[in-house]
Amino acid sequence: MKIKASALGALAMAAVVTAALPGAAQNDQGEKPSFLRNEYQAVKPEKANPLTELISGYFFRSRETQALQDDDFLNPGFLWVEQGQDLWSKPEGEAGKSCADCHQDAAATMKGVGASYPKVQPDGKLANLEGRINLCRTQYMKAPELKYDSDPLLALTAYVRHQSRGMPVKVAIDGTAAPYFEKGKEFYYTRRGQLDFSCASCHETNYGHYLRADFLSQGQSNGFPTYRLKWQKLGSLHRRLEGCVQDTRGETFKRGSEEFLALELYLAWRGQGLPVETPSVRQ
Amino acid sequence: MSTAVKPRVKAPAKASKGEIFEVKTLVNHEMESGQRKDRQGAVIPRKIIKKFTARYNGRVVFSCDWYPSISSNPYLAFNIKADESGTIQYVWEDDDGTLYEAESKLAVN
Amino acid sequence: MIAETMARGMTRRTVLTGMGVVTVLGFAGAGPGLAATAAYEEELAKVLQGRTAKDGRITIDVPQIAENGNTVPLTVTVDSPMTESDFVKTVTVFADGNPRPEVAVFHFSPLSGRASAAIRMRMATTQNIVAIAEMSDGSLYQQSAQVKVTIGGCGG
Ligand code: HEC
Ligand code: HEC
Repeated sequence: MKIKASALGALAMAAVVTAALPGAAQNDQGEKPSFLRNEYQAVKPEKANPLTELISGYFFRSRETQALQDDDFLNPGFLWVEQGQDLWSKPEGEAGKSCADCHQDAAATMKGVGASYPKVQPDGKLANLEGRINLCRTQYMKAPELKYDSDPLLALTAYVRHQSRGMPVKVAIDGTAAPYFEKGKEFYYTRRGQLDFSCASCHETNYGHYLRADFLSQGQSNGFPTYRLKWQKLGSLHRRLEGCVQDTRGETFKRGSEEFLALELYLAWRGQGLPVETPSVRQ
Repeated sequence: MSTAVKPRVKAPAKASKGEIFEVKTLVNHEMESGQRKDRQGAVIPRKIIKKFTARYNGRVVFSCDWYPSISSNPYLAFNIKADESGTIQYVWEDDDGTLYEAESKLAVN
Repeated sequence: MIAETMARGMTRRTVLTGMGVVTVLGFAGAGPGLAATAAYEEELAKVLQGRTAKDGRITIDVPQIAENGNTVPLTVTVDSPMTESDFVKTVTVFADGNPRPEVAVFHFSPLSGRASAAIRMRMATTQNIVAIAEMSDGSLYQQSAQVKVTIGGCGG
């Protein structure tokens, strides 16, 4: 049933798309995204996953955008990773401590950590990397929280998550995480706004199709924080979610809100097994 | 980025005489075009890097002028022909006169 | 169950059509023959100074279609021996449809070895990239290439 549903949805969209378009021919002239050229790597999802194959957003982008991600020197996201590396050993706050004082060499101590977030913390609350970093700042460093999507928080988040680059996303969704997971799943499938779209309307049923000029991916989170050409800077997953919710013209939620955190957990699980790409580059 | 501007340079450490090699550079800078408006509708003042110069043992081997159409976090690649061992100096000049500098060493055999 | 699925599919289709998915690739005024701005004509005249530029010798490497106009990669290369007596002095790059058409001016020397440079540029809309090379003997060459800029809107 599930498969049939997506096939139908995809057809409905495909029909609309091809019927309309002179411009589609343009896109056949050798600059098709690798997904359309059938040159992409897919990861086999876990049984319960509604997707039949997991594909990183990377494969939905143009060669030029991919080239920016492929070369660590060309990739502007590394400007933030490097800033994060500097901040890692810089003391801040009244305790006079730096991240390195407690966590030493990030290459060793943070390896794999980014792939396992968001994660329920000792206090029972779900936190993403941004939140966890701010917990360390307030609890252990006696330093103020860093603002969501501020350059230093992006830099530290990207630096920590980069230590997991190439490792498969693997989040825990059982036990204390279960209620967050359910909440995130519900968010994902809730139709909202004037358009009555859910995340699934675009990213589950219609990935691999054009929506206006946008070529829809599965909306995976494995590349975040990501350098978006549109933003001309690195940005958080929650910044992207804000945009995606606004697209449906639904009321949006705050970056760092419980709603987005739960959604982040559910999204990570939908991409369970995809390699972390931080810092990725997207259009 | 709100933090210090820090250029990245990728250049070879060794080359043979007469060899042409590529230098790649990347700087964190917003390249504010002066054409954008903030939420209140006020024009955000222009602030860009307007000039880049590469000196090879003091000789200007390549330079360029930049305009607001250059993307944020500007990338630049160019070539140099190796003729003697020494230092290559890279200087970016901001609208406000600030210079951002980097250098690389080259051994020529 | 099937009925329900169908119904959902139908709703979506109507909605999508309603929001104008039919336009799909939203190129801003695609197609050649786009009007270059007056500012471009003015800046071009400053470079040419009454001289004419010949075709050829320049290779412009840009994507045919840019996924986003904010960061479009460009490599420009001029065929030249780059010797003391015969080299490329400057290459001026224009984006003929940008409000400020000047993009960059590259100054080469014989020690550049190759007259080639790469940058990333902003393009407000679909337009031509024009490169003008001035050789050490004062001769001029010109080349242009069109880039279609997709105007994305969705996905924040
Ligand atoms: C005073 C010691 C201390 C400092 C300083 C500190 N942390 Fe932590 N950090 C901890 C402890 C202890 C934990 C384990 C979680 C807990 O018990 O709260 C932790 C956990 C973490 C985790 C999660 C690890 C996991 O496996 O889930 C991350 C990520 C992290 N810290 C990043 C940072 C960053 C980035 C900084 C600097 C901004 C920092 N920490 C500063 C003590 C510190
Ligand atoms: C109207 C269609 C639409 C809806 C609904 C929508 N998105 Fe998106 N989303 C996009 C587009 C377009 C992009 C950019 C192209 C792409 O990667 O699909 C995008 C990108 C993303 C990305 C970035 C993917 C990457 O590889 O960087 C994520 C994550 C995402 N969406 C999550 C969501 C979530 C979660 C929801 C539900 C709250 C949602 N989207 C709803 C259209 C939509």
